[in-house]
Amino acid sequence: MGTFRRRGRTPSFDAVAGNGLINRRALLGQGIALAGAAGISGTTGAAAEPLKDEAWSLAFGEVTPALQTPSRFEKSVTRALSNPKGEMRNSHARTPHHLLNGTITPNALHFSINHCGTPDIDPDKHKLIIHGMVKQPLEFTLEMLSRYPLVTRPHFVECAGNSAPMFSSAPLQVPAGMLHGLVSNAEWTGVPLSILLDEAGIDPAAKWLVAEGADAQFLDRSVPVKKAYDDALVAIYQNGERLMPGNGYPMRLLLPGYQGNMNVKFLRRLKAIDQPAYSYFETKNYSQVLPGGKTWRFHFLMEVKSFITNPSLGHQLKEPGFYAISGVAYSGNGRIAKVLVSADGGKSWGEAALQGPIAPKAFTRFVMPWKWDGQPATILSRAWDETGAAQPLRAEFVAQRGQTKNPVATPLVFPNQHYNSVTAWGIDNKGEIKHVYA
Amino acid sequence: MSTRKTLAALLVMLGAGVALAESPNLGRKISEADVKQWDIAILPDGSNLPPGQGTPQEGAKVYAEKCVMCHGEQGKGGVMPFYPALVGGQPLTNGIETPKTIANYYAYPTTIFDYTRRGMPYNAPRTLTDNEVYAATAYILSLNKLIGENDVMDAKTLPQVKMPNRDNFILPYPDRI
Repeated sequence: MGTFRRRGRTPSFDAVAGNGLINRRALLGQGIALAGAAGISGTTGAAAEPLKDEAWSLAFGEVTPALQTPSRFEKSVTRALSNPKGEMRNSHARTPHHLLNGTITPNALHFSINHCGTPDIDPDKHKLIIHGMVKQPLEFTLEMLSRYPLVTRPHFVECAGNSAPMFSSAPLQVPAGMLHGLVSNAEWTGVPLSILLDEAGIDPAAKWLVAEGADAQFLDRSVPVKKAYDDALVAIYQNGERLMPGNGYPMRLLLPGYQGNMNVKFLRRLKAIDQPAYSYFETKNYSQVLPGGKTWRFHFLMEVKSFITNPSLGHQLKEPGFYAISGVAYSGNGRIAKVLVSADGGKSWGEAALQGPIAPKAFTRFVMPWKWDGQPATILSRAWDETGAAQPLRAEFVAQRGQTKNPVATPLVFPNQHYNSVTAWGIDNKGEIKHVYA
Repeated sequence: MSTRKTLAALLVMLGAGVALAESPNLGRKISEADVKQWDIAILPDGSNLPPGQGTPQEGAKVYAEKCVMCHGEQGKGGVMPFYPALVGGQPLTNGIETPKTIANYYAYPTTIFDYTRRGMPYNAPRTLTDNEVYAATAYILSLNKLIGENDVMDAKTLPQVKMPNRDNFILPYPDRI
């Protein structure tokens, strides 16, 4: 069997950058390479406990449930809430990235923001209307849309306010899921919006769609027709099952790579028009003032970003030795081209392995083998996308976009929008991890 | 069509998002008249503003009854941190230290009318009449000294109110529109 053979070139354990980063080729030989890598770590000298059969192996187990939920030992893996008392205001639930791996966010942990609660929608009564500058206004039900040839693609959805705690002049000591928990990545299945617009016969003079949801505020955003014809979906499945209520049940607009709020949930109306509506949410929250007072309007694009999820704040390195630094990278421009990782605060960088297939406008997980020597280290990741766009270092970002005068007190506030700089984790000689700026 | 050709056609459609030569056409044909009830988005040029009118004085009454409990006396906020003030606002500097307000930020007055009618009051959306929405909008604009105390807001006058920050917006990605 191939797994027993050393395939391809001999894995290299050469340092690829400072402070213990190992050439990512060490990961390519799978079993052999990882065994080798384990060999370079300091193994513990503690005597192993004798093997025994535990109680769960000696009794008949639980009955198989209709809907399974995670092990009771995983109870802490939940979303962080911004409005736990249920006050009459917006509510956010953040994805705990520091407790997850892979690239797909489980539906129960997909981030969700609701500005006026989550509507309890009967899918048999829900309708989607397409009208305005079209030849023939049309009405669709979920049942009708389910009969179309559906397209399935992985895509991240990211709130424009994700990572906003990093506008703070001092780093907040919160885990990756609190800094960056307003992005998630799912496999979405739906009808290409272009098909539905063509069926309605959209007027070439229509440049915008007002997309509106069936929530209590009929949340609406103006969407360029250009984007609708590029890669937009009316999504009706999320990771193979119907959408979660907090993610737009029974149907949502999916605009890959565009700010989350534009991906209108509970989608009930698309009106083709010749000018943007300047709705409340594109007027107020989801546009950003620049130093000097001018504002970027219709920013839309969620730009290239990466962050290390493991190890990160909330974890502890128990001993010196081998670790796989890993995290997620994504860009609203398309595919991730490259992720560099540093373990010495950005003095030197090594290229991380990217786990394929690399899909456009979707999470790509990167992995960087590392031998920690037990001394203080600062680990960072920096991503580039296929258009050549680079994730900015924090100093570069702040020079252009600014930061708060005083540190912010809570990660729940949004000093500004569209934050995408590098995130750094500082590890001390006890293996404890803090959020640092580097 | 051969299986291969069918498959090729399907792949083209799935991959490039190209519409089928023969689209499923499952949508039910309706008329614009059928949509009237849902067709609520107001555009900056005033398109789609309904008949009706209101003055700041009339708006003050609506405000006292249905808005003050969250937005505070005279729109000054302060009731709960998460319910915004509707008046005032420092000149925008970097967008971080200066909260965005109606007077220092909003580009078009139609947004106030649209959002009030669409989502306010928070606990009872779409319970205001169009006249009450015009009046509440007039009251808010008047509190901000953007219109006179006796100005009537209707489908003609509202879009003509010039918001102070209107010309301070720039497009970062014009090619995406």
